[in-house]
Amino acid sequence: MATYEPVIGFEVHTELSTATKIFCGCDITYGAPPNTQVCPICLGMPGVLPVLNRQAIEYTIRTAIALNCEITERTVFDRKNYYYPDLPKNYQISQNYASLGLNGYVDLDVNGTTKRVRINNVHLEEDAGKLIHPDIPGADYSLVDLNRAGTALIEIVSEPDIDNADEALAYMQTLKNLLEYIEVSDCKMQEGRLRFEVNISVREVGTKTLGTKVEIKNLNSMKTALKCIEYETRRQSDALNRGEKIIQETRLWDEAVGATRAMRSKEDAHDYRYFPDPDLVEVHITPEWREEVRAHLPELQDAKRRRFVEEYGLPEYDARVLTSAKKTATYYEHAVAAHKNPKSLSNWMMTEVLRELNARDVEADEFPLKSEGLASIVRMIDEGKISGKIAKDVFAKAVETGRAPEEIVQSEGLLQVSDTGEIEKFVDEAIAENPDMVAKIQGGNAKTIQALVGQVMKKSRGKANPALVNELINRKLQS
Amino acid sequence: MAELSEEQVRDVAMLSRLELTDDEIRHYTKDLGSILGYVEQLNELDTSSVLPTSHSFHVENVFREDIVRPSLSNEEALANAPDHEDECFKVPAVLQDGGGA
Ligand SMILES: [Zn+2]
Repeated sequence: MATYEPVIGFEVHTELSTATKIFCGCDITYGAPPNTQVCPICLGMPGVLPVLNRQAIEYTIRTAIALNCEITERTVFDRKNYYYPDLPKNYQISQNYASLGLNGYVDLDVNGTTKRVRINNVHLEEDAGKLIHPDIPGADYSLVDLNRAGTALIEIVSEPDIDNADEALAYMQTLKNLLEYIEVSDCKMQEGRLRFEVNISVREVGTKTLGTKVEIKNLNSMKTALKCIEYETRRQSDALNRGEKIIQETRLWDEAVGATRAMRSKEDAHDYRYFPDPDLVEVHITPEWREEVRAHLPELQDAKRRRFVEEYGLPEYDARVLTSAKKTATYYEHAVAAHKNPKSLSNWMMTEVLRELNARDVEADEFPLKSEGLASIVRMIDEGKISGKIAKDVFAKAVETGRAPEEIVQSEGLLQVSDTGEIEKFVDEAIAENPDMVAKIQGGNAKTIQALVGQVMKKSRGKANPALVNELINRKLQS
Repeated sequence: MAELSEEQVRDVAMLSRLELTDDEIRHYTKDLGSILGYVEQLNELDTSSVLPTSHSFHVENVFREDIVRPSLSNEEALANAPDHEDECFKVPAVLQDGGGA
């Protein structure tokens, strides 16, 4: 039995963070009621004229530059013709003959080694609407919501340079991170704003000939894409070992079964009959325009990491962790802007915040405690209003309930007690109740002071200012 | 002149979701064939020094700014639809497979 290895390429679709659709002024904010973000243009009414959103083109140029592509100086839009109810015009406006970006690459860090994946092309197109299949057995109809139809969509097509699941994961993560860093998309996968399609074939280990490739659609998370790669590698290897041939086809990932299956329709006999869209004129990206976009690229990951070290005085390791995702870096910077204690905020990020983000499997922009909230916790510590220990409790409570930390401290009476009179009462009690400790301290055992401070802290339920407690004990036992 | 086959006409009809009778197929094979032949006369011109173009006039970089404009109301959007349910267009059942974007 021969051993086979996968050869993988990706088509990644990402919806752009423009305010409006690619060819009309309809709002694209997620979650609106069905068919309320539509107009004659994106509904494909006869006689309407699409007009290109300048921001969508700029974002595509930015993406192509970030992926080291050559920029096509004169780019055009083509019609991709097919009939499906999510596509009201019966064609999708896309780029086939002159994609905006060509022949790029992206470098991945895979377990410490650099792997280069070539990018075949980057092009701009419009998204389709959504089909809703009624959850009624035997229903003979579908419902269509066209809010998404006409949203600006970038497709990034890689060469089949990816050799295994580790590289596939690194590719997806690197691309997502890059798209977030250059601020062209928020990449919210649960909203379908970043989607993956995989091309996969297998070849006998040690050989160079490419096998027949299969295209798999419908992969809405990185985890699903990885499961699909694993499944297809096994399915194709087994088939070849049985002496069967791999059929070039499009398959769908079926999450319920945990397997891919061939598409039922013969739609796959694609003949899109592309032709240039006569409603849209050529886009001329002059070298000056291109260089201007390049000059205004948002700060990329490496630059941000270096700046975090210089500007905030963070250790290299902290800076690397904090910039590993754009949303985490933004959260941190907003917190520092609200309270200037970069090192302390970094410590809270590196421990409490990242742990909670992982546990909840959310990104920093969805974290229940906002950056201002984290800043206010650190501010309260720095101003002596709460102890570090109370701060941890406040953090946990704020994350759990979404309440503002100051409000939690106020309403639960957690303010640190710096009132000497009140603390003195606790100190006197503690001294009276622990004569053996007192004897040790007076006998020169300095460590025991901490134990006595602990007793006072307990009496104050953590609210006494420890520095003040220490001072009072010292004063009382010396006199 | 390239001959158009009945098979090609059937393919194009299928892609366009048109149901044609055998008579119509024969009819369109002849008609479309002569239209293609007519257009093909253009191939007699020497265009080796002319750049490919998608438009007969030269206009470039027509853009709109990324500013939200009012959309139609849901009622207006659905007004011309043959059928609708809830706030959606209602269409004959489609297989879950398919779609291209
Ligand atoms: Zn619209």
